[in-house]
Amino acid sequence: MLAVILAWIAVILLLATSAGLILNSDWRLDLGLLAAQYLGAFVLAAQHWPVGMAAVKLVTGWMATAAIGMTLNAFTSHEERPEQFWPRGRAFRLFMVGMVVVLAAAAAPRVETTIPGIGLPVVAGGILLIGNGLLHLGTRSEVTRVIYALLTILAGFEIIYAGVESSILVAALLAVINLGLGLVGAYLINAELSPEEEAA
Amino acid sequence: MSAPTLWILLPILVGSFTLLLLRERTVAVIGGGTSLVLAGIALIVPIDEALRIGPLSLKIASTASILGRSFILPPTDAPLLVIIFGMCALWFFGAEAAGVALRLIPLGLIITALLVASIAVQPFLYAALLIELAVMTAVPLLLPSNQKPGRGVIRFLVYQTLAMPFLLFAGWLLAGVEASPGDLALTVQSTSMLGLGFVFLLAIFPLYTWIPQLMEESSPYAVGFLLWLLPTIASIFGMSFLDRYAWLRTSPGVLAGLRGIGLLMLISGGLWAAFQRKLERLMAYTAIAETGFILLALSLTTAGSLDLFFLLIIPRGLGLAVWALALSVLKKENGALEFSSAQGLARAYPLASAALVLAALSTAGFPLLAGFPPRLALWQGLAGESIGTAIWFLVGILGLLTGAVRMMAVLVMQKEETNWALKESWIQRGMLSIGIIGLFLLGIFPQIMRPFLESLPLMFQHLGR
Repeated sequence: MLAVILAWIAVILLLATSAGLILNSDWRLDLGLLAAQYLGAFVLAAQHWPVGMAAVKLVTGWMATAAIGMTLNAFTSHEERPEQFWPRGRAFRLFMVGMVVVLAAAAAPRVETTIPGIGLPVVAGGILLIGNGLLHLGTRSEVTRVIYALLTILAGFEIIYAGVESSILVAALLAVINLGLGLVGAYLINAELSPEEEAA
Repeated sequence: MSAPTLWILLPILVGSFTLLLLRERTVAVIGGGTSLVLAGIALIVPIDEALRIGPLSLKIASTASILGRSFILPPTDAPLLVIIFGMCALWFFGAEAAGVALRLIPLGLIITALLVASIAVQPFLYAALLIELAVMTAVPLLLPSNQKPGRGVIRFLVYQTLAMPFLLFAGWLLAGVEASPGDLALTVQSTSMLGLGFVFLLAIFPLYTWIPQLMEESSPYAVGFLLWLLPTIASIFGMSFLDRYAWLRTSPGVLAGLRGIGLLMLISGGLWAAFQRKLERLMAYTAIAETGFILLALSLTTAGSLDLFFLLIIPRGLGLAVWALALSVLKKENGALEFSSAQGLARAYPLASAALVLAALSTAGFPLLAGFPPRLALWQGLAGESIGTAIWFLVGILGLLTGAVRMMAVLVMQKEETNWALKESWIQRGMLSIGIIGLFLLGIFPQIMRPFLESLPLMFQHLGR
C-alpha cells in the first residue's frame, strides 16, 4: 500500500517537474526540476527493479544534470532567445500541458491492459514524461531545451521499460545513454554559447 | 582471445588512444593501419577454429559475456567484418587528405566498434541501445567545439534518439505477437512501433531533412562516413527483425511497405538531386536515394534479395568515400560549394572534380562504374515482379543522372581563360586516384567482390537459407 502511495506521489512530482521545465525559463530552477524528475523516475523504476538497480537511474540522471549545470554555470550572462514559432507564451504551454495530462489519463488504463502487471502509476508517470518531453521538443528549439526534452522523454520511456525488462546490461546501457546525452548536451551548449561569450 | 574483444574492445581502445595524438599523419596511419589489420585478421583467421602457426595454436572464440549477456561474432559474420573494417581503413587513410583525421579517426573507430557490438549483442534487440551510443559519439565528430550547432546536428540527435524507444518497445511487443499470433491489435501496434523506429533510424521520408542540413553545416567527409556506416548497420539490424519473426518476413504488407518507401526515397532523393544548386546537398540527396536502393533490395521476394542487399554495400561505401573526399578537397580550397562559385573548378582541381562526377555517375548506375552491376541486378529483379515499380525506379535513376550531369557541366564550365592546374596535394591526388580506380574496377570486374559476398547471407538463419 505504501509503495502505491509513494508511486502516486512520484507521478505528481513528475507532472510538476516536467510541466515546470516547459513553463519555466530560469536555468537554475530548470536544473533543480530535472534533478527532482530523476527522483520521481527512481521511485517508479524501483516498483519493478531492485532499489540498487533503480538507484543507477537516479545517480546517472543527476550526473547528467550536473554536467549540464556546470556548463551553463560557465556562461552566467546567457539569456534564452525568444522562440520564433507561433503560438508561444506561458498560457499556450500551460494549455498544452493540460492536454498531455488529459491524454495520459485517458491512455494509461489502456496501456496498462497491454502490459499486465506493470501498474497504473508507472504507466501514467511514463506517459506524462514522454508527452511533456515531446511537447517540450515541439515548442522550444534552443539546444538546452532540446536536451532537457530528450532526457525527459528517455526518463519516461525508461520508467515503462523497467516494467518489462530487467536486464542488467539494458540498465547499464540506458545509464550510459543518459549520461552520454548529458555530456553531449554540455558539449552542444558549450559550442552554442562560447562564441557569444567571446564576442562579449 | 575472443572475437568481440578483437573487433569491439580493441578499436575502442585504439580510438581512445588516438584522441590524445595531435599529428594528422600519425593518427591516420594508426587508425587506418588498425582497421586494415582487423580486416586482415577477419579475412585470414577463422573464428572458433584453432589456427596452427608452427608450434603455436591460435583460436579466436566467437563469444564474450558482458553483464550477463552475450556478444557473439560467429564465423558467418567474418566477411562482414572484413568489409566494415576494410572500408573503414579506406575512410581513415583518406581522412588526412580531407583534413579531418584528428576527429574522424578516433571517434570513427569508437563508432565502428559500437556498431559492430550492435551486430554482436544478444538478444539482437539491444542493438538499438548501442546504435544510440554510436549516434551520441557522432555529435562531436560532426560539430567541432568552436562551431555553433546548426539545425542539422540537433535534428540528427533528436531523430536518432527517438528511434531507440520505438525499437525497444517494438521488440517487446513482437515477442507478444510471437506468443499469440492471432492478436491482430497487438500485431498492428508492434508493426507500427517497428516502422516508426526505422523511419527515425534510417531517415525515411519525410524525416531526412537533417541530412542535407548536416551536409552543409559539417565536414562532408565526416557526414559521408556516417551516411555510409549508420544506414548499413541499421539495415542489418532491420534484417535481424525479418530473420527473427517469420510472420514479418512473410507478410505481403511489410514487403509492399518496404518497396513503397524504397521507391519514395529513391524518387524524392533523385528528383531533389536533379534540381540542387549546391554540391553538398546533391550528395545528401544521393545518399537518401541510396537508402531507397537498400529498401528496394530488401523488398524483393526472390531468393537473391539478400545477395542484392550485400552487393550494394561495397559500391555504396566506395562511392560515398570518393564523393565525400572530393567534396572536402573542394570545400577546403574553395569555401562555398554553390553551383555559381564552383564553376570551372575542374581546371584547378581536375582530380577532385573527376572523382566527384564519377562518384555521382556511379550512384546513378552509369555503366562501367561500381554502382552499375548492383543497380542493374536490382532493376532486373524489380522488373520481374512489377513493371510499374521498374518504371518508377528509372525515374529516380534519371533524377540522379540529371544531378550528376548538371554538376559535371558546372565544374567544367569556364568563366574566363584559365590554364589547367593540379592544385590537389599529393596525398589528395593519391587517395582520389585510388578511389577512381576502385570505382572502375568494381564496375568492370564486379566478380572481385564475390569472395566477400557469397557467404554473407548465412549471417541470417532464415533469410539467408
